Amino acid sequence: MVITVAMDTAGADAARPWIEAAKPAHPSLIDQCHTVATLYNMVNVPSAVWIDEEGRIVRPTEPAGTSEAWRIMDRTSFTMPPETLSAIGARRRAYTTAIHDWVANGNSSVHALAPADVARRAPGVSAEEALAYANFRMAVYLHCHGETAAAAPYFAEAKRLRPESWNFRRQAWSLEDPMKAGGQEFWAAVDELGDDRYYPEIEMAGLPDDPPPAKQ
Amino acid sequence: MATVIYEQRESDVPTARTDDGNLWLNLTDLAAATGWELKPEGVCRGELCVPIPPDDSASFVRDDAVNLSRFAKHLGQPVIHDAGHDVWVFGEAARPDTSPMLTAPDFTLPDLDGREHTLSDYRGRKVFLATWASW
Repeated sequence: MVITVAMDTAGADAARPWIEAAKPAHPSLIDQCHTVATLYNMVNVPSAVWIDEEGRIVRPTEPAGTSEAWRIMDRTSFTMPPETLSAIGARRRAYTTAIHDWVANGNSSVHALAPADVARRAPGVSAEEALAYANFRMAVYLHCHGETAAAAPYFAEAKRLRPESWNFRRQAWSLEDPMKAGGQEFWAAVDELGDDRYYPEIEMAGLPDDPPPAKQ
Repeated sequence: MATVIYEQRESDVPTARTDDGNLWLNLTDLAAATGWELKPEGVCRGELCVPIPPDDSASFVRDDAVNLSRFAKHLGQPVIHDAGHDVWVFGEAARPDTSPMLTAPDFTLPDLDGREHTLSDYRGRKVFLATWASW
């Protein structure tokens, strides 16, 4: 079964239009405090974890079938050329095919990882990373209680401790201004990546290659 | 009044005492806010008991109260106190590479209608857990 979780400190009303438009049959949950990201050590959306019938993780946190190709998007019209859309679609389809393979074949699927591989792909959480989540949690609490100014230094500290967390950056931006998470600051940060990836590469058999696009 | 955010739990604790940067909770509040209980063998939650270091016990337990800050640091949990609002966050502990997460950590979250869902209620089925955001 599918369970989706919206990382939205602004609460159910922020996520509602998307959920109501999608009319999902699966549980579609709201996570104001980014609890799932904290527990599963996630730094971006969409992230996914595969969990078997016994509650064992068979694929730890990874980007959910993402591609880097969106980075060439036109930043005013939000459009992409057909070949880019096709590259994004191919990755998404291959990832979805892998999920179906796991559903059909269980832990004998090539995509269900043995515990040693799960361990290798999901390193521990350092004291600094754990402290970043705690700062973020404090920021969310204060923000949700109307203490926006008091929350700001905790958001800043979370971002400083965990600069690779797009969740921290974009959530904090969106609370300042809903358009900011996809606005100039966001694109400037994406440009700073250069040849680095926005999403970590997904280690999965059958996924098309996905190099970061050349600088625009 | 102190607000205690302990992992996924959030509690207001009127009787909490702050002393020299430490948060002391009486045993009733400790159990309600964190799930931990003081027992002869140590501080326990479910089947897990953490012994109190005998050479330092006074910094952990005094006058039927537990120093939650000290205990959390002992467990490797990050602790943050916002003195202005008297809010304490006790986060998820750091986890070394040598103890990989193989079992899915449990959580309870609401859907749009406020109905709560707990991950472990779906044991017996495969779960594809996926995150997204409106931003």
